[in-house]
Amino acid sequence: MTPAISVSELTKKYGEIEAVRGIGFEVAAGETFGFLGPNGAGKSTTIKILCTLADPTSGTARVAGHDVVAERDTVRRNIGLVFQDTTLDNYLTGEQNLRFHADLYGVPKAAFAPRLRQVLEMVGLWDRRGGVVGTYSGGMKRRLEIARGLLHAPRVLFLDEPTVGLDPQTRVSIWEYVNDLKKREDITIFLTTHYMDEAEHCDRIAIIDHGKIVAIDTPEALKASIGKDRVQISTADDEAAIRSMAEVFGIEAATHEGLVTFSVESGEHFVPRLFAEMPIGIRSVNVSRPSLDDVFMSYTGKTIRDAEATVGDRNRMIASRFGRR
Amino acid sequence: MTTREIPDTIETQEQDLTDLIRVAVPERSIRADLRAVSIVWRRELIRFRSDRLRAVTSLVQPVLFLFVLGTGLSRLAGHGLPAGVDFKTFIYPGVLAMSVLFTSIFSAASIVWDREFGFLREMLVAPVRRWSIVIGKCLGGATVATFQGIIFLALAGVAHVPYNPVLLLTLVGELLLLSFTLTAFGVMMAARIKQIQAFMALTQMVVMPLFFLSGALYPLNGLPNWLTVLTRIDPLTYIVDPMRHAVFDHLSVSPLALRTLSPGITWDGWLVPLGLSLAMVAAMGLVLLGVAIAEFRKTE
Repeated sequence: MTPAISVSELTKKYGEIEAVRGIGFEVAAGETFGFLGPNGAGKSTTIKILCTLADPTSGTARVAGHDVVAERDTVRRNIGLVFQDTTLDNYLTGEQNLRFHADLYGVPKAAFAPRLRQVLEMVGLWDRRGGVVGTYSGGMKRRLEIARGLLHAPRVLFLDEPTVGLDPQTRVSIWEYVNDLKKREDITIFLTTHYMDEAEHCDRIAIIDHGKIVAIDTPEALKASIGKDRVQISTADDEAAIRSMAEVFGIEAATHEGLVTFSVESGEHFVPRLFAEMPIGIRSVNVSRPSLDDVFMSYTGKTIRDAEATVGDRNRMIASRFGRR
Repeated sequence: MTTREIPDTIETQEQDLTDLIRVAVPERSIRADLRAVSIVWRRELIRFRSDRLRAVTSLVQPVLFLFVLGTGLSRLAGHGLPAGVDFKTFIYPGVLAMSVLFTSIFSAASIVWDREFGFLREMLVAPVRRWSIVIGKCLGGATVATFQGIIFLALAGVAHVPYNPVLLLTLVGELLLLSFTLTAFGVMMAARIKQIQAFMALTQMVVMPLFFLSGALYPLNGLPNWLTVLTRIDPLTYIVDPMRHAVFDHLSVSPLALRTLSPGITWDGWLVPLGLSLAMVAAMGLVLLGVAIAEFRKTE
């Protein structure tokens, strides 16, 4: 089967700034694929190219089997989009917004009414369809956009930061809709996010940093690739505990946030040994699996927040260099 | 319709979806583009209908010009006017043109607005040609502005302009032409200007000189040379004059009054025919539309 998305040696330059520096990947049909990285890493640029809103500087990208430059219109017919910023008409009702979309995409008249009901019920907005969008809450707007993105039965749905700016509860409910959608429709989902916890919902993820893909695999495999569990213990004497960790187990430990912290292959098997052999009294112990945060850290050498801080600095630097336009 | 079927119930979905993958997606067609023109046009109308406040507020300025300025100045202007002609009647065609001036350009401003609120993107990623969006927008803006003009047209009697069907139809046609050209101008500007504040400031800077130089408030003959040149450069002149001509055609005034008040546009003594005037406005509208389309066709 043709992959839903295939990208090869894609680059995008804005003037001298290289936003995307030669990336390549494939997304299989039916897959949920996450593009992970700090703001400014090149996620949105990539999505813009895949959605035909920007032309690549070099390289190729095919979506639903069609080239995003040569077969722009065919690509557009086959994709649904939910952007980071809302793209609804606040002066129209929810239903009018969807009708506008259906007309623009040429959804047959007979199919519109049932499909409208189906997508609106899926996101729980059927009862509110007559309300003017300007009166919707942020979460309702995002849900309406998801419904709209699905209206013309696209083969690939792009979600650009689908939960950014929403409160935690709404974020959870958006993910419920997305997971529900995967069960109901045979659709490929391509999403970007900088929330590490949300990437767990994906079948596979790619980590992008400074315009390059640094890792690509399933979340489990990525976590397994960095291997170690993190163990944090609180002890009567941290100094002595760190010394004996090195002497007894040959493990390097350090204090983080007031706890003695170290990494081991298999935390749950190590803890009984720890209690049996450790000469210092242990008050509490906490074992955690590596998270995608740890994965990001191990591939890029920084946490996603550090990365965003440096991108912010870089942007400020660029802005000051170009001055105000 | 050439689009693939969309399943109507969840039960039938699974089967339909396996079909979906194999269905050859139809090519973009000219029909789809024309449909897009009509959709974008309809959206402007829906928004105008739901925004009655705008209809009322944009009437304020022309009403002020006609009644306050018109009445106030008529005492002064009265001495220069041929007998039997009210100053309000004289400025009515120009103020009528003004009534669509702001509405047209503000319709185009909604593109800037749409950009800020993202809706423009929804239109730009649709599987239709960009020209259809731009043309739909211009037609929509023109229609809405003409409606606005028609409301003001209802006040014709107050300025002693007769409600003659031929006159009214002529004026509506001319308003439509003017509105279309203005909206095309606004859309072209909106393609480049990304901030609503900048757009508004620019509008103010352009619109007022256009209006004052158009001969809306004074006859075009016997002006100092510098002003004669400027009025002939102002595109609005070429629509205000035919409108005034239409109004004076339906008034019973002396030939002298006609010569003084509606002398027509002259280029170094040559009288520009009305048809040429209107054709120039139309041509300008089409050129502006072409530029606007070219602007919107650019991809990043």
